[in-house]
Amino acid sequence: MTRGVPSGVAGAVADAATAPSETGFDAQLYERFPTKGRRPRGELEALKKVWETPTGWRALSAVNNNFIGFLFIVTAFGFFVAAGILSLVMRVQLAAPLAGIVPQETYNQLFTMHGSVMMFLFAVPAVEAIAVLLLPQMIGARDLPFPRLSAYSYWAYLIGGVVFFCSIFFSLAPSGGWFMYPPLSSGVYAKGINADFWLLGIGFIEISAIAGAIELIVGVLRTRAPGMTLAKMPVYAWAVLIFGVMIILAFPAMIMVTFLLELERAFNWPLFDATRGGDPLLYQHLFWFFGHPDVYIIFIPASAMVSAMIVTVAQKPLVGHEIVVLALIATGFISFGVWAHHMFTVGLPGLSAGYFSAASMAVAIPAGAQVFAWIATLASGKVQRNVPSLFLVGGILIFVMGGLTGVMVGMVAFDGQAHDTYFVVAHFHYVLIGSMVFPLFAGFYYWTPMINGQQLSERIGRWVFWLNFVGVHVCFLPMHLSGLMGMPRRVDTYLPGRAMEVPNLISTVGAFIMAAGVLLFLIDAIRCYGRQGNVGGNARNAYKGGTLEWLATGNYGVRSIPVVNDLEPLWADARLRQDVEAGRYFLPGSTTGARETLITSSSRAEPQYVQIMPGPSWWPLLAALFTAGFFLLLTVKALVLSGICGVLTVICVMRWVWSNDRHIPQKQVDAGAGILLPTYVTGPQSHGWWAAVLLVIVLGMIFLMALFSYLYLFGAHPDWWRVAAPRGALVPGLLLLGASAGLACAARPLMALLKRGSGLSAGSMTLSMVCLVAALAVDVLDWWNAGLRGDASGQGATIFAMWAWHGTIVVAVVLSAFYYLARWMRGLAPAPANKTLEALRILFIYAAMEGAAGLLLPRVLPWGGL
Amino acid sequence: MSQPTSSHSSLTEAFSGWPPPVLDPHGPFSNTVTSLAWVLIALVTLIFVLVCAAMWVALYGSDGLRAKLGGVGVVKWFGLIVPAGVLFLLLAWGTTLVAGMTTIKGDELRMRVSGNIYWWRVSYLDAAGNETHADANELHIPVGRPVVVDMVSEDVIHSFWVPKLGGKMDMIPGRTNRLKLQADKAGVYGGQCAEFCGGAHSLMGFVVVAHEPADWQRWHDARLAPPQRLQAAPAGAPVSDEVLRGSQLFREVGCAACHRVAGTSAQGLSGPDLTHVGSRQSLGAGILPNTRGTMMGWIGDSQSIKPNNRMPAYRSLEAAELNALAAYMESLK
Repeated sequence: MTRGVPSGVAGAVADAATAPSETGFDAQLYERFPTKGRRPRGELEALKKVWETPTGWRALSAVNNNFIGFLFIVTAFGFFVAAGILSLVMRVQLAAPLAGIVPQETYNQLFTMHGSVMMFLFAVPAVEAIAVLLLPQMIGARDLPFPRLSAYSYWAYLIGGVVFFCSIFFSLAPSGGWFMYPPLSSGVYAKGINADFWLLGIGFIEISAIAGAIELIVGVLRTRAPGMTLAKMPVYAWAVLIFGVMIILAFPAMIMVTFLLELERAFNWPLFDATRGGDPLLYQHLFWFFGHPDVYIIFIPASAMVSAMIVTVAQKPLVGHEIVVLALIATGFISFGVWAHHMFTVGLPGLSAGYFSAASMAVAIPAGAQVFAWIATLASGKVQRNVPSLFLVGGILIFVMGGLTGVMVGMVAFDGQAHDTYFVVAHFHYVLIGSMVFPLFAGFYYWTPMINGQQLSERIGRWVFWLNFVGVHVCFLPMHLSGLMGMPRRVDTYLPGRAMEVPNLISTVGAFIMAAGVLLFLIDAIRCYGRQGNVGGNARNAYKGGTLEWLATGNYGVRSIPVVNDLEPLWADARLRQDVEAGRYFLPGSTTGARETLITSSSRAEPQYVQIMPGPSWWPLLAALFTAGFFLLLTVKALVLSGICGVLTVICVMRWVWSNDRHIPQKQVDAGAGILLPTYVTGPQSHGWWAAVLLVIVLGMIFLMALFSYLYLFGAHPDWWRVAAPRGALVPGLLLLGASAGLACAARPLMALLKRGSGLSAGSMTLSMVCLVAALAVDVLDWWNAGLRGDASGQGATIFAMWAWHGTIVVAVVLSAFYYLARWMRGLAPAPANKTLEALRILFIYAAMEGAAGLLLPRVLPWGGL
Repeated sequence: MSQPTSSHSSLTEAFSGWPPPVLDPHGPFSNTVTSLAWVLIALVTLIFVLVCAAMWVALYGSDGLRAKLGGVGVVKWFGLIVPAGVLFLLLAWGTTLVAGMTTIKGDELRMRVSGNIYWWRVSYLDAAGNETHADANELHIPVGRPVVVDMVSEDVIHSFWVPKLGGKMDMIPGRTNRLKLQADKAGVYGGQCAEFCGGAHSLMGFVVVAHEPADWQRWHDARLAPPQRLQAAPAGAPVSDEVLRGSQLFREVGCAACHRVAGTSAQGLSGPDLTHVGSRQSLGAGILPNTRGTMMGWIGDSQSIKPNNRMPAYRSLEAAELNALAAYMESLK
């Protein structure tokens, strides 16, 4: 650590001397900062003007991260309150045996919605929302790299979430529990559209989460302030990175499993139906391959919020910073190997149960390391006594209790007793409340001054804390006991005379104590935020934090982007705040007259180019509305209207990305202190290329889950593999796919080398698309003629499901090909390279590879026919 | 026979949550888990107290103590090395426990229980796995002898759980799981479905009745003997008019469409087997004591007792008819 060095600049130069440059950027250039002299008159005003948020009803077209992020948080918290109210109704019903407060079916809907809303509409979106708001501020970016994508993902989430939630008011809510196991959720046992509403709601959050994850990963890796190498990056940024990667790897399983369940429900393809070669356990494996990492997807960013706040309340750097970062990485890694601990009672073979038990124990170790790092940090400093520190300490203790009961249920033998009882209900509420809800409250208190320059009430805050802290224990501590007393989870009532009355009544009282705490918080929050509508924020550093989000900010983020060489730059350099505000660092104004941010290299954060950012737009909002219309109308089986909404969605999305790939007159601009940086970059240097690669990884993971489903059912029920694999499509299919990939590949060099390259690239992309479509047609016809049907067997169901997925990719490729043609016709696909082509060819090449895998696997396995 | 006479009180006792069944074992498998549970409870309590103490020192301790706590060494030792050691030992012990509990030797008594939407079909099997006789919502086992129960499902996923005798096992369509059960003391043990299975999941219980081995053998032999039924033995023991009327109603109302009474023409299989319903401890799958009154109430309006169960309510039957049907049920011992 370079504590004592007066400014980040000297440190950054010294640091650069120890390692080779990543991009060829000369670190000596940092020494030009902070610049001397006054900035030109009107520069700040121009910057403000460029980043101005539309007002009035036009505010809905805003895309700034501080605007969208704030709405996102408010919405997520709204769902927390709403799902909390559902749980109060449940607790009233359980306060006494055989209470008739709500009928059985309503109760079953209530707990299904409580779980689904808390997990999918509150927990994941809330941590994502905070990242959207906080990450750019913390790493010194003006905004996230794809602001319109954030806007779309927010609106999709809001609309989908509200519609999904409202299903409870019409008795249309799902009632199968938040993990919706088939066969209970299949068309046979869950008639009606209730389960489809669940799939709809989840579909939205999947889209929203994936979009957010891609954006946040690129944000962390490419928009850090210069000099902020990975080693100097805040723990929170690490956590956001790991969060994003985990979403990209875990959500595909959820996407595939909801896709498969909907296919089974809609088309009667027996994917999970044991009477026709499906398997209910396939669902459980896929669900928990997502479901368990999901807990850590929530936990990791929330725990890093704790790390960030602990440093401030202790006024000392985090003890064991490297250990904490490694712990987060280890947690993310191990969490993918523990999913079957939710399935210890399904009859796993002893060896695999042992493995999953061991992995579940192992994941406790990095969590323990973090807890002791926090305690050590608190011990190393003088702890500020305020509401954030109360919530932090309370949250840590609650989390430790949940973690310890987690070790208990991680033991296979004990889990045999505790599984699916109130003991587990107590366990995961302790974990999630301690690791996520309390840090969230701490964060609300801690970061409110950053958002609107004011503080929530410290006096009321103490009440909020104690009501919540006491309420949690009164509500959930007795549940351990009721579980050991034999009370299964998800029961709408219990019989009298079984000694269950007392613990249940106490739990109900506790739930209302917590509710009082949350209500008190709401009142204070409305008081605080209602007083002043401005969300732009001026970052009054009430708690004396040391990270960049405590620099004064406007809609444009920081006035100028500083050179950073410390984990707590504001503590290391007392002049930093002043210099940044005076515009003495990178990008002190808008050099191109558009919104801009600095793109830096992924590891050493060396400045690479100035990104021209899109501004306010209605298209993301409209696209989200039509996406909602598409899914909703599909749910109620209004196919034509749904199709129209689908088309409109595509048009809106294309319209919004249309203007993103812009060439501006200035090829190079002065990014500050005379350092010239390009404005248009293609290939692996460009942040758009990174996003395209990440998207393809997501698509690949989803398809991998489809391949897994095929292999799983083939392994479990080979007797249902009754149609001998036809070989007719093998050679022509592979040739077509090879051609498709080859053409997409060739589009770029052709364009760069030849005179009429632009047209050639459009032509070869179109041909590539045609080959892809033809390959799918050949494959489908081959199997169809061999007699394969989707509803006949597990074999048919999995192969049809693969096509259904691949088909959607093919549709995307077709649309993209036309999109690119249209751009070429308008002269927007210039040679030698353009970003649109770069992104699309990645998608096209992937689609061809996916087609090849789908063509080969069912023909290769089982080999030699039957 | 060791059939408890007052079924009401024993039923309440069987399902009582106090003392907590998980900590009040009555068989070797649950015994092991209970020992494990106590060790775990003691261990996690100790760790929690230590963490609280560390937190207290961090916040309120003297400068000297805080300086000792505020270093990377603490993170390494208490956050990494010690927990890794403790967890490793715990895991090693836990794995050996599980191995002993699940080994199936092959000489155990065999049964099959299949989960149905809100009730349990029970089959007694011979060594080859063929059904010898059937029952519902009640398992009779001999004390001291391990029983291997095949777990299957006929509709959705259920989970079989008798907390006093051991862990639970899921019943998954298309699969057969096996659970080893053993009771060390004669008595009635409550059990219930642990995996959410829809509507009336909360009211899907059953009982396990453990008999002394000799009693169980007598009971079992009696069950194997051909049943003496009204139609099969018209000249047999005198039958009250009420029972006779009940048996007629049973046919007329259509009960036989779903229920089976061995030795009669009633051979429905979609509902619980009623061949021995009169000797059962409970009604409605472990939720009501089996008396004349509860039986009448169940037949007349089971939907208000257990909403969404698959048996329609027979609200059109009059009290006398319900009484006769219940009397007939009572006679099916």
